Amino acid sequence: MTQYLIRRLLIAIPSILGISVILFAVLALAPGDPFEELATNPAIPPEVRQNLRASLGLDDPIHVRYFAWLTSMLRGDWGFSFVSRIPVDDLILQRLPTTIAVIGASQVLAICIAIPIGVFAATRPYSIFDQIANTLAFVGFSLPTFFTGLLLILLFSIHLDWLPFVYRTQLDSTGWQWWWDQVRQSIMPVTVLGLFQGAALVRFVRSAVLDVIRLDYVTTARAKGIPESAVTLRHIVRNAMIPVVTLLALQMPAVFGGAIVTEQIFRVPGIGSLLISAVLANDTPVIMAVTFVFACLVILFNLIADILYGWLDPRISYR
Amino acid sequence: MTEDDLRHLIGRVKRGDLSRRGFVRRMAALGLTAPMATQLLAVTGAAPAAAQSVPAYRPTGRRGGALRILYWQASTLLNPHFAVGTTNQDSSRVFYEPLAGWATDGTLHPILAERIPSVENGDLAADGRSVTWRLKRNVRWHDGQQFTADDCIFTFEFARNPQVGSVSSGSYMDMEIRKLDDFTIRLDFPRPTPFWADAFVGPSGQIIPRHLFGNFNGPNSRDAPTNLRPVGTSAYRFVSFAPGDTLRAEANPNYYLEGRPFFDTVEVKGGGDAVSAARAVLQTADFDYAWNLQVEDEILLRLEAANRGRVNIIEGGNIEFIQLNAADPNREIDGDRSVAAQTQHPAFRDPAVRQAMALLVDRESVSRFIYGRGGPATPNFLNNPPRFRSSNLPMEFNVARANEVLDRAGWARGQGGIRQKDGVRLRFVFQTSVNAPRQRTQQIIRQACQRAGIELELKAVTPSVFFSSDVANPDTFTKFWADMQMYTTTMSQADPQRFMNQYVSWEIASRANSWQGRNIVRWRNEEYDRVFREAESELDTVKRAALFIRMNDLICGSHHIIPVVSRPLVSASLNNLRPVLSAWDSTMWMLSDWWREA
Repeated sequence: MTQYLIRRLLIAIPSILGISVILFAVLALAPGDPFEELATNPAIPPEVRQNLRASLGLDDPIHVRYFAWLTSMLRGDWGFSFVSRIPVDDLILQRLPTTIAVIGASQVLAICIAIPIGVFAATRPYSIFDQIANTLAFVGFSLPTFFTGLLLILLFSIHLDWLPFVYRTQLDSTGWQWWWDQVRQSIMPVTVLGLFQGAALVRFVRSAVLDVIRLDYVTTARAKGIPESAVTLRHIVRNAMIPVVTLLALQMPAVFGGAIVTEQIFRVPGIGSLLISAVLANDTPVIMAVTFVFACLVILFNLIADILYGWLDPRISYR
Repeated sequence: MTEDDLRHLIGRVKRGDLSRRGFVRRMAALGLTAPMATQLLAVTGAAPAAAQSVPAYRPTGRRGGALRILYWQASTLLNPHFAVGTTNQDSSRVFYEPLAGWATDGTLHPILAERIPSVENGDLAADGRSVTWRLKRNVRWHDGQQFTADDCIFTFEFARNPQVGSVSSGSYMDMEIRKLDDFTIRLDFPRPTPFWADAFVGPSGQIIPRHLFGNFNGPNSRDAPTNLRPVGTSAYRFVSFAPGDTLRAEANPNYYLEGRPFFDTVEVKGGGDAVSAARAVLQTADFDYAWNLQVEDEILLRLEAANRGRVNIIEGGNIEFIQLNAADPNREIDGDRSVAAQTQHPAFRDPAVRQAMALLVDRESVSRFIYGRGGPATPNFLNNPPRFRSSNLPMEFNVARANEVLDRAGWARGQGGIRQKDGVRLRFVFQTSVNAPRQRTQQIIRQACQRAGIELELKAVTPSVFFSSDVANPDTFTKFWADMQMYTTTMSQADPQRFMNQYVSWEIASRANSWQGRNIVRWRNEEYDRVFREAESELDTVKRAALFIRMNDLICGSHHIIPVVSRPLVSASLNNLRPVLSAWDSTMWMLSDWWREA
């Protein structure tokens, strides 16, 4: 096991390096620089811009810039944002709590919806409940989040005027009122994301449970006279969860990555909106850091999923 | 009316024989607009500029409460001298102040200065070689330190320091600063400088505290903690800041102006998109003010119908216009194209073709059907302040006349109905950035051109490429490897000197200046160069205005550029909010004077 872990971690190093080279090259080849807005402003002479470019090292050849980036990254220095001139790690850490709160809550919501509905639908296949759940699941993951988001805003913010549609990180209220305000402004983004992910997950849970439910050991358990609820919970769900847990583990990096579109619509200051504004402003160090961390997390959670798999199903061994 | 008559009349107003109203009435009889007449008085010192340029501050009812401002771009840092882009300049301006700001009528308004320098009060040298600024004496930084001339001198050195890499350095070059006493500074210029109000004025003039930045005047400037926790002199002081998200400020109890500010707290939230920002003010009233609403006018009108807020339209100098390349974009010389030094555009060198193109641009329709209130049609490149606006140019859309002009010049219709002469076909590539209103404008122009035997090939380039300075990319607007192009050029200062250098011959974009030259259309005209040089050192404000009007008439009259619509600043505010806005300065330039009606 330990040997397996070490081997996997060693294999991860070249893939992370490869990813960083590709990311860096793509970003360096992309047109534009962070000082575009200065180009159209007549009050700023072009020399100012050239001076700024030079001071940030943008005029150096690409391999020089890559090694400068890599060595400072290895030393734990993530560089600083061209646009806000503060360290990139500070920027990311500032966004992390909101991202985890909103995206995390939506994942929890997705799980809370998907597992009971999926299991219930699978235990009564082709019943009316199953049909309705299936239809709604299809509708749910066919509607893009930017559409449902706008729909909810139109209904709950504009027509009914119940919920605010601008997410504010610093609320004026304190105590219970603060929690209430926080819930009110989070409802819409969390619902939009949660329902979208939940819909896909329902289908997944249902098919996983259907696979297990027909197996002989389930029939045996029933034959022994174990009550139906216990059969479902202890014997069916537990085994059906193996692929579901893997899927959820692989989705965890997405919690860090945020949800670009939904964050933009509701003005949630998460990592997704940080990434998109950095892309629009050509703020290379920020784009680089966010995408790179994301890549590392994907590799890490892949490994975790593989390990979890073996833990849940002892028949799988690591060599 | 000659210049002498005008001077005589202005002299009478100064002496008091003629009332200002009488003067304006006489001007109106001569066809001059009232704003232009008041401008003339203001610039010649015959009227107190400040008195009329900023609305009176007279809050009624209870003070306090929160002011909530929504930007669809978020600010990322709070040092005005590092502020790339308007959003950061505006957010910095919540805390920092310059010596003076530009009111929306194009006149100066004192902020940290005791008064506006002028020849009359002796602060402006008659030869235009120096200007003396007297500072307010009762100003304190938010941390309690006294504001003095040393802070101005430090700001000057900080902005100029190449190791700091400030974006405002251009405003502080070519001059020397001297401290006369603790509250007086003098700027000395090597040449007579009519546009002396650049350093310490407006967005790039925001003064930063020496006692907090003193140790960061060098390569370590970005490490200054004050970059993110500003300490300024303004009416609101810093509470908290999350880059890319929210900025919060509270009333400064020790502000130097009596009775200000009105609000207890200010919040500036960033992010999202312009349409929903308009919605949050006009429809749901969640916010008090939304900035820069580049939204179709139709949508704004519909949102305004909720009757909770209104749209503010402030006229400025930004202009959407078309350029007809003076150089040949199809001939390659050493790997470069549109080389003005060696080539001429085969079709556009004929004034008849350019005149026909100008006749084929239907500005009225573009304005009415595409831009609405956000883009009134104009025949001028230089539109504002009103004292610089020419009234000499016609604005005509006439396909029949365009055909006539081309026929007369010998451009006959050939294959496919496209005109040609001496082997040159009137077939042009017309490029612009990807942007829905621009593509619709391109279509309108193409249709008109078809009717006159000119074929346009429309091209749209991604904005991040089109407006970039990437020397390796052939599609940037400064390289201009196309026959025609259209975009908006911004005029960020009330003085047109920087704006009008876009057509002087020494600014022609070329490989030598990495295509950073400002004359992108590559037009060359000796008279224009001469008039521009003259304006650079002309100290008489009336004569100088006449020179700029002449420049506008020269470039527009050549039809190498075709102005389409001017682009005023559009914002939204709640019905009861009284913001003080200006097209020549930051949105927040007079945040101290914003108030809410009861």
